[in-house]
Amino acid sequence: MSELNLNTTAQNTWCPGCGNFAIMNAFKFVLQSLAGEGMPMSNVVLVSGIGCHAKIADYINVNSFYSLHGRTIPPAEAIKIAKPGLKVIVFSGDGDSYGEGLEHLIFAAKRNIDITVVIHNNRVYGLTTGQYTPTSPLGFKGRSTPAGTKEAPINPLELMFSSGATFLARGTSHGIELLKKIFKEAILHKGFSLIDVLQVCVTYYNMYEYYDKRVYELSGHNSQDYEQARAKIKEWDYNRDSRIPLGVFYKSERPTFEENFLISRPADADINSKIEDYLKRTM
Amino acid sequence: MKEFSVLIAGKAGFGIDKAGSILAALFNHLGFRIYIYRDYPSLIRGGHTFSIIRASQKRISAHCDKVDFILALNQEAVDLHKMRLKKSGRIIYDSSVVKSEGTGVAFSDIIREENASEIMRNTCIIGSFCKTAGIDWEILDKIFRRNIERELDINLKIARRGFDAVQPAEKIEPIQQAPMPLITGNEAIGLGLIKAGLKAYIAYPMTPSSGILHFMASNAQSFGLKVMHPESEISVMLMSLGFAYAQEKCAVGTSGGGFCLMTEGLSFSGMAGLPAVIILGQRPGPSTGLPTYTSQTELNFALSAGQGEFTRFVVAPADPEEAYYWSGTALNLAWKYRIPSIMLTDKTLAEGVFNFDLNSVKRFSEENIAFWQDDQVKKSNSYEHDEAGITTEDPVKTIKMQDMRLAKERSLIRELEDYECVKVYGNKKSKDALLCWGSNKGVCVEVADRLNLRAIHVSVIWPLPKEQLDKSLKGVRRLISIENNATAQFSKLCGSAGIKVDKNISKYDGRPFSIEELERKIKKEIK
Repeated sequence: MSELNLNTTAQNTWCPGCGNFAIMNAFKFVLQSLAGEGMPMSNVVLVSGIGCHAKIADYINVNSFYSLHGRTIPPAEAIKIAKPGLKVIVFSGDGDSYGEGLEHLIFAAKRNIDITVVIHNNRVYGLTTGQYTPTSPLGFKGRSTPAGTKEAPINPLELMFSSGATFLARGTSHGIELLKKIFKEAILHKGFSLIDVLQVCVTYYNMYEYYDKRVYELSGHNSQDYEQARAKIKEWDYNRDSRIPLGVFYKSERPTFEENFLISRPADADINSKIEDYLKRTM
Repeated sequence: MKEFSVLIAGKAGFGIDKAGSILAALFNHLGFRIYIYRDYPSLIRGGHTFSIIRASQKRISAHCDKVDFILALNQEAVDLHKMRLKKSGRIIYDSSVVKSEGTGVAFSDIIREENASEIMRNTCIIGSFCKTAGIDWEILDKIFRRNIERELDINLKIARRGFDAVQPAEKIEPIQQAPMPLITGNEAIGLGLIKAGLKAYIAYPMTPSSGILHFMASNAQSFGLKVMHPESEISVMLMSLGFAYAQEKCAVGTSGGGFCLMTEGLSFSGMAGLPAVIILGQRPGPSTGLPTYTSQTELNFALSAGQGEFTRFVVAPADPEEAYYWSGTALNLAWKYRIPSIMLTDKTLAEGVFNFDLNSVKRFSEENIAFWQDDQVKKSNSYEHDEAGITTEDPVKTIKMQDMRLAKERSLIRELEDYECVKVYGNKKSKDALLCWGSNKGVCVEVADRLNLRAIHVSVIWPLPKEQLDKSLKGVRRLISIENNATAQFSKLCGSAGIKVDKNISKYDGRPFSIEELERKIKKEIK
């Protein structure tokens, strides 16, 4: 495998020990591996939102769309619809996609549009210096909730499951080997895939120890079995101190959205006569 | 009769719109030029709705208050509109349910006897109208065959019963002119965008721009378009930037409320240099306002929407020819300069029905402007960024990039010198001039003609075509600005550029000016 230069001139400003490094390195590894299998890197588009995670767009030397907070999914969908041959991979935060842009995520899953979404789920707002997110546990004390949150977290995988996603997985930033495996499988999956990565924010919510004690990798799990998938997705609700399964929960096949848009555009000369035909019909 | 207006009215759900378009097709076929004003409430069934179909020898794009015929399908139609009837006018009404003077025919009874559905009263009343107006059955028969897809036979039978039930009273003679295409402003916008190479249209339904979405969706296959109706206007706008990033020409359409949600994406377009085209159909606000009525209240909003400072193009076409030309041009300019283009329409233009003469539109073609090089790593960024698209907070780079974004405006101003951004109509030497923008051109030009005044119409709002405006104003002593808003937004914009408006005539009840109304108001000013 020939080594691609995936580095840019941008200086990395993630905190030492940040879980984002594991995600980026796992992804770079997958890109190298895909390139080795013959996929041109010009076919890859990375979309990120706003938040610490999003700097990944500056740090990897591939096509990228550094979007707005909560708005990773709509441009990713559009890029895929415009150019179905591209591999569109979204990196987004939990505040970014489970909070501000949640509706887009639900609709993308509903459409089963063939994009891959990696959520850097650190369960805290890092870049805005420590507020709770939709997946922070009940009672989380952040700078906007000093007395602790009064709301329980959502289970994003359960939400995506019921929205129609066809590939759902979970990893952690302490398990780069598993991330490499899942990322590649997700990118190659035809349809909407989402990987919730329990990514640790060392500065505002250091959960390394907590996760290390509770996570386990799924084995003997049939990801094509709807009921098994549901049970495993529900095992941990992002609130209880239960065991936390990792791996691919669910994988299924159904037609993708962009397949509906295989439209061939008429030649320019045709456009003029088609406009004239249209006008004739209005008389 | 060389010029006349027909008002058809009833409840929403009575088929008023369809009847209006059949009457328009009929007059079009007789050689008349047409304009339809449609007035309907924001509901599906029940409220009062009417259309005024105006026919004239020459091109028109405004309605008259006074009408020659009222076709009344319920009592309200008579009670609300009889004050519009000319002394020589005539009411044709359903005598089974309406009490009125004029020509009564028991349409409801006919429908029952023929076992037809109630909506076909509209067919029946058209039959009676034609006979009354001296229009031959053969012509009506032809128009019905062309315009009715379902249940043609029963419709023809019902129309014939209406036709036979009355006697001729007027004579509408055909004019020796070929019929012309008859389209809404929304259709013209769609066609202009397609002509300029549109590949995708994305919108969330919102009056008065939904018509573009419907047009695009129903013609997607024929024109090779990708048409999307996503979850919100936020998504619409961001998707449009995704299409631009992927080098596919795209446009979006909405109204004020939807545009509110698009502003973060608009600003992103300005920052990233991703071209965008937004059709902003105006209706009265604030907030939900009067959804199915008209206004020109989003001018200031269009000029200032989105955080930060960036170059934008804002244009407000007057009629379908301008809508076709400027929508295509807005798309071309957006791609050439990598800026957002905003096209202001309103319900009057968007949903009004007009004749359309493609041959009179200045030619333009698709400009192929790809902004990525094939071998380049393509990075778009909402942060301030360097030329490679990498985020920067460097003060020197920040100034350089901001200057680059603003320099586009100077180039755009130079380019627009070659476009007809301002046009003068009426008596070009008159010292009294009417100043208007957007859809008010039709009514202003017609009133200017009647009163022998100059009429100045501005299509390009921003960058304000100052030189062309100054030229159009040469010799003007009294400038009267006409707008469908309460705060004279365009007049103030002109004021900020040193153009003094002497009098503002504002209308903000959601209805467009009628010819008589504007004439009355202007006469008062120029006495």
